[in-house]
Amino acid sequence: MRSVAILLLGSAMLTVAGCGGHTSNNGSNSGSNSGSIPTSGANVQPIVVNSGPLGNYADGVFTSVTICVPGTSNCQIISGVLVDTGSYGLRLLSSAVSLSLPQQTNVTGTPVAECAEFSDGVTWGPVKTADIKLASEQASAVPLQIIGDPNFSSVPSICSSKHGGPMDDLNSLDANGILGVGPFRQDCGGACTLPLAAGNPGFYYLCPSSTCTQTQQPVSQQVQNPVWLFPQDNTGVIVALPTVPPGGAPSVNGSMIFGIDTQSNNALGAAKVFTLNSSGNFTTVYPASGGKSYSSSFIDSGSNGIFFLDSTTTAIPVCGSNASGFYCPSSTQNLSATQQGANGTSNTVNFSVANAMTLFNSNNFAFNDLGGPNANTFDWGLPFFFGRNVFNAIESQPTSAGPGPFWAY
Amino acid sequence: MTIFNPPKASVTAWKTSLVGIGLAMLIMSLPAFAELGGDEASVQADQLHMQAVRRISSAAAYSVHEIQVPTGTLVREYVSPAGKVFGVAWEGPALPDLRQLLGPYFGRLEQARNNRRGRGPLIVHEPGVVVHSGGHMRAFVGNAYIPDMVPIGVGVESIR
Repeated sequence: MRSVAILLLGSAMLTVAGCGGHTSNNGSNSGSNSGSIPTSGANVQPIVVNSGPLGNYADGVFTSVTICVPGTSNCQIISGVLVDTGSYGLRLLSSAVSLSLPQQTNVTGTPVAECAEFSDGVTWGPVKTADIKLASEQASAVPLQIIGDPNFSSVPSICSSKHGGPMDDLNSLDANGILGVGPFRQDCGGACTLPLAAGNPGFYYLCPSSTCTQTQQPVSQQVQNPVWLFPQDNTGVIVALPTVPPGGAPSVNGSMIFGIDTQSNNALGAAKVFTLNSSGNFTTVYPASGGKSYSSSFIDSGSNGIFFLDSTTTAIPVCGSNASGFYCPSSTQNLSATQQGANGTSNTVNFSVANAMTLFNSNNFAFNDLGGPNANTFDWGLPFFFGRNVFNAIESQPTSAGPGPFWAY
Repeated sequence: MTIFNPPKASVTAWKTSLVGIGLAMLIMSLPAFAELGGDEASVQADQLHMQAVRRISSAAAYSVHEIQVPTGTLVREYVSPAGKVFGVAWEGPALPDLRQLLGPYFGRLEQARNNRRGRGPLIVHEPGVVVHSGGHMRAFVGNAYIPDMVPIGVGVESIR
């Protein structure tokens, strides 16, 4: 009875929000975006923007991932996994995984662990191996990270000195895991094969005992973006989400489509292609007319807002402690910026920044107008995705527009 | 080694007089981080155990200690004429040792994460300190500064 009441309440809000008579500023000038979203097919994985496993996430896009002990039908479905085009590889909370997955070891049989880095913290834990199934696609024997594993409870000081204690449970991670499907194949690449103290970022560790020390890690042993390891539909990912009205929606369903130019439902067509530099970044000019260039810009479904520049530069006030990290303008700001690919493609994007405190005080969890400050850069987070089919081509994978990495929409 | 230390009262005049002269560059082999808010002397005292190259650029209102960390990341420390590290910035494939770099402000990061709704770049925005930790896996970018210590006439957007 109670759930029925909540459902009715939810649909009533959706109706009210949908009839608000406002015009969405998101999604305009997107050019070639068809707006139609494939919802079925062997390469189509359902995704949803909702309040997440903890019930309070704003602008988080989640999916369910099936993992299996390699080569067996001993499998488990993990729900509430954040879809993140800003990272590479699957990371799951130890507390969410009941399967016994094989531990990765080096050539002498020593267990391998990782301190993976994010802009808001680190994740620490062993590298294990699983078959990963998404839609009808399967990547076999893929290295992934298990977070918060009680058998690896001693966090190296180098790791905890990066960004504070690791995100190792549901409360700190806000999700049961992170599915990194961004434009790179691995979470480190060739740099982690370099000698330590000579250009190696030092993400990987050997753990002969409870004490772990940094190590070089071969590329094939690193935590892998599973998409490029699919036998087919492995060129990239399309994240497709519908528009949401100003003020938001309680939840929004969309699709993650695997492959670019491999099936009838994932053709690049006339989408504008923005190639990336070696860091996975392109340039954003803000304001769109006569503004400055910010060369470390990127598109990231795992960032829950559009995070750009600082409050001093934008003249948009930041929120108080109840919405820390977001902008809180007194009235919604309608802005525009120009995205520029390394290949010279450019497109002006209109976007809005509403008062985050007002949004958070609503009963909605999907917002196209959530934003916040950042460090001299433009992070086009989830609000950018609403009303677009955003193509993310993985490095060295072939498409009709040439090999990745690139973004297209 | 000469660090350019103009008298505080005439920062603007110095800045004007230096236009066109450019930056004086010095290259040192001393690896070091100074912590945010610390003395310039802590650049020497607070050395990390790593082989980094430090380059010092001196402009009118401040000097910049540019440190290439062996993990591939570039760290810049901004030192005021009063000899205080008023700002730090980083960019590269790995996060720097932020415990070292942010010093007494390091704990604010975890606090901010606990207060933050959802995932994304991490911001600390207090009267006493501002931190922006952004970017994405394999390409991090961030900065931090102490508003009260930023020399008059210096825009915080130059801390990058």
